[in-house]
Amino acid sequence: MGFAPKAAIVGVAESDLGRTPDKTVLQLQTQAARAALEDAGLRFSDVDALFCAGNWAWSPNLMLAEYLGIRPKYTDTTNIGGSSFEAHIEHAVAGIEAGLFDVALITYGSTQRSDRSRGRGSFTFRLTDQYELPFGLPTPVGAYALAATRHMFEYGTTSEQLAEVAVATRKWATLNEKAMMRDPITIEDVLNSRWIAEPLHLLDCCLVTDGGGAVVVASAERARDTRKAPIWILGHGEAHTHNSIANMPDLATHQAAIASGKAAFARAGLTPSDIDVAEIYDSFTITVILTLEALGFCGRGEGGAFVSGQRTAPGGPFPMNTNGGGLSYCHPGMYGIFLLIEATRQLRGECGPRQVRDARIALAHGTGGVLSSAATVILGKD
Amino acid sequence: MSMQLSASMLQQDSDSRPYWEGLAQGELRIQHCSACSRYVFYPRSLCPHCFSDQLTWKVASGKGTIYSYTVAHQAFGMFAAETPFIIAIVELEEGVRMMTRIIDTPRERVQVGAAVQVTFETVGEQLTLPYFRLIE
Repeated sequence: MGFAPKAAIVGVAESDLGRTPDKTVLQLQTQAARAALEDAGLRFSDVDALFCAGNWAWSPNLMLAEYLGIRPKYTDTTNIGGSSFEAHIEHAVAGIEAGLFDVALITYGSTQRSDRSRGRGSFTFRLTDQYELPFGLPTPVGAYALAATRHMFEYGTTSEQLAEVAVATRKWATLNEKAMMRDPITIEDVLNSRWIAEPLHLLDCCLVTDGGGAVVVASAERARDTRKAPIWILGHGEAHTHNSIANMPDLATHQAAIASGKAAFARAGLTPSDIDVAEIYDSFTITVILTLEALGFCGRGEGGAFVSGQRTAPGGPFPMNTNGGGLSYCHPGMYGIFLLIEATRQLRGECGPRQVRDARIALAHGTGGVLSSAATVILGKD
Repeated sequence: MSMQLSASMLQQDSDSRPYWEGLAQGELRIQHCSACSRYVFYPRSLCPHCFSDQLTWKVASGKGTIYSYTVAHQAFGMFAAETPFIIAIVELEEGVRMMTRIIDTPRERVQVGAAVQVTFETVGEQLTLPYFRLIE
């Protein structure tokens, strides 16, 4: 890297994952925050900035900070869906560079599986929702299905190619004892699983789990004193392009990811070929294919071919979603924080049987809403 | 679930009222920007292309093509009992896109690029939605 990074990830942790019927979102975030601070060798009293995204309270940050007993001097509730936490990294770096704080705590928690909350909104159609919700599209899966249909139409992408992503990701999950789904699957299994929204099958879709996570970001100065080697934030970018799927400018192109990836690579002074391990938001198999194209790992329309032949599986040339991803490890609604946790652990060499050898540069990319938002983070070690 | 779509679920506002009133009268109304000559959907108070407030209402032809579609085999709440159903994004002749359902059409004939025509369906108490069907 040709410059001195201003901030680093110094602590990461998950809470309990999967089914946590006895836990609240406050407990899950507290558990993850405590473990992430221990990982960093820091204390709650060191935290001077709080970042959180959720819709479980009128003001999640006020409730969580009070519950934790901290009084942050900087706070950020940016919620752009699953990519929020990669955006929080960008905001934390900006705040640290501006000298506003030294130690930021980023948290997420959800009990959606136990709540059975997914997709069961109230039936009031207001503001711009009134032009879409009355048609009954199951969200978000139906929106991603619309994108998949369009990608297939424009580029000839196949269901088999989508299935390649699910199969390779499951192989990584078999190597992660924390993953929820660890039985190997085949492309036939994916194609034979029931339709959810054509052309997406059940096994093209992420899990619905409970869980939480936390990431601690520190200034370069503070990072030098933490327990483990700092994982430097080399580049970051974010963008959003639309809210509802009918307003996505081009359903076969993830424009937000093009913008966030370009910014992140430019800031890092790196290119896609420099990435040793990639953690790519996988709400659905099509999400991955659109994102790989948008970030420049392959050309436009070439995502299906890029993932074929299990190229992203363990032992393949493009190690991706090495914890088993949202498809097989966990997916508590907004998955972005887990991308950062896994990227950090890979660079530290903490991943045991799923460790990517000699990983020095990692990319974590979040996608939120219905391909609405994106945020990209590039990480590296000394 | 016994709940059904009804107009009482809509929170109409001063952007949307002409649109909903048009549907009730069998008209698909969309906005047109006098400043940049582009059509706008959904309705707004400023043109999202040029930020002018010179928006007027026009009656769309109701003709368009399927931009993308999906067949929902699982849906939520009151829509769950209706599966499978076909949802599409239709691009109108005027250039704007909107979400809709494709009805009265066999699944195998639904494809990207197919020509469609609006049809006004009363789907619940005092609620009319713009669905589309394939043009023969």
